[in-house]
Amino acid sequence: MSAHSIAYGPARLLPGDQIHITTNPDTEPFWLAAKEHRLTACQCASCGAFRLPPTPYCPICASKERTWPTLPGTGTVFSYAICSKNPATGEDYVYVPVVVEIDGARGARLVGNLTGCNAEDVRIGTRVVVEWTDICDGWVLPNFRALSDR
Amino acid sequence: MTWAHQDKCAIVGIGATDYYVRGKSWPRTINDMAGEAILKACEDAGISVKDIDGFAYYGGASAGYVDKFDSGSLMETLGMPHISFTATLTSGGGGVAGAVGLATAGLMNEDCTYAVTVMAVQQTPSARLGDIFGRMKPDPENSFLQPSGLIGPGHLMSVLARRHMHLYGSTEDALAEIVMASRTHALNRPKAIRRTPLSKEDYLASVMLADPLRRLDFCLETDGAIAVITTTADRARDCRQKPAYIHGCVHGASRKWGRAFGWMNMPDPEFSSSGHQFLAERVWAQTGLAAKDMDVALIYDHFSSMVLAQLEDYGFCERGEGNDYVLAGKTRYDPASRGGVNGGIPVNTHGGNLSEAYIIGMTHVVEAVEQVRGTAINQVADCEFALATGGPAPIPVSSLVLRSA
Repeated sequence: MSAHSIAYGPARLLPGDQIHITTNPDTEPFWLAAKEHRLTACQCASCGAFRLPPTPYCPICASKERTWPTLPGTGTVFSYAICSKNPATGEDYVYVPVVVEIDGARGARLVGNLTGCNAEDVRIGTRVVVEWTDICDGWVLPNFRALSDR
Repeated sequence: MTWAHQDKCAIVGIGATDYYVRGKSWPRTINDMAGEAILKACEDAGISVKDIDGFAYYGGASAGYVDKFDSGSLMETLGMPHISFTATLTSGGGGVAGAVGLATAGLMNEDCTYAVTVMAVQQTPSARLGDIFGRMKPDPENSFLQPSGLIGPGHLMSVLARRHMHLYGSTEDALAEIVMASRTHALNRPKAIRRTPLSKEDYLASVMLADPLRRLDFCLETDGAIAVITTTADRARDCRQKPAYIHGCVHGASRKWGRAFGWMNMPDPEFSSSGHQFLAERVWAQTGLAAKDMDVALIYDHFSSMVLAQLEDYGFCERGEGNDYVLAGKTRYDPASRGGVNGGIPVNTHGGNLSEAYIIGMTHVVEAVEQVRGTAINQVADCEFALATGGPAPIPVSSLVLRSA
């Protein structure tokens, strides 16, 4: 099932020192948990539905009550791209943005980079585990590492 | 249910500047180019620019996302004595077809009598559309997307294309065919930016920018301006050209599409769609027509993969069958018969955003008008109905069906 004819080589994480984020009161609990290497998602405390990015109201039941459960930190690749230039510098740099369905948070996805395998070996369905990357201003970003038992 | 305002308004004037490769329009200014397009559209319609009393924009009245239109400034530039309707659809190029519907709203509400929809693009080195998301300052929402390095529209689109390939087995061969068909349609067009023949080998040699999308799957980067003038059917009959009646026009999207590739949480099958299915249902209900009734389809092709997805969303073929539909040559125009190939409906007879020019979708509206007038360069015989669509993007997307007079 070779999807790729190009041999890209190892998928790398984009350097954390070029990544900036900002937060607001709705999203900050997610990022504060990430600083502690704890993966969470915004869950409606009323109906239980998950949502990311976090928003003030539950789109299912309009409740503002939220919880931030600790998730297992694993997931499955839903889709991805293979890119070969560092967007900050234009230099050759193989990275794989992945959209990940997160275990324990049905319906919520995260987008990050995947590492731990060659880019051409990534598949939809690849199992992943969160990999924490230090980024600017003391924040921590959830990226992903491919698990071999996919 | 049939739309109450069906055929009650018409596009009566179209005007365009030359199309320039990105950045080459300098030292012209945005208002210089917008003004030329508007004046040419007025001349085409046979009205004075001073008759214009409405502005119906899209994309938040941005000029190619990198500059802003201001109705006051355009009035002072062109001398309209008063304006009684000035409104815009939100978000980006998804609204291009729907801006004509916005004009219709102003006309049917008797706010204005002649409404202009205009887009002008100028991409100086510090204002390139392809960098638009990358240049955005981090905000709390995009902080969940940008750190992944999905910074260009093509990056984002490639993730959707990958899912389409996974679910339906669609191939790079289909993307190649979309690009090659577009190029073939552009060969005889004097204003087209890419008008040299393109082989499959040329396509495959194109650099992979965001696997599975190559450079040639990305649309052109163009400067220029286009304006269209919409008025009521009774006024249209006194204009210079044959009216292009607005038979149906819709904008919006379902929440399952919503923020789309700015969010990446769409369920299947919406994830790998173009987000147009909700609109397709609306515009076909509004007109009582279906894809098979179109004589030509002008499908927003900022990326080749989004042609595939729109063909499925509008029902030119079943979901998941876009690959085979395209590979059967069904998007091609046959100059000999002045019709489709292999039972298909010609798509992007003007060469589209991939080969002719990318003025945020306005070339599709212009081609739809020329086709129903009967004056297109690659004219479809007896063209009665033309579909034009807005770019798959966060809500709104939009679509327009024009009918010949």
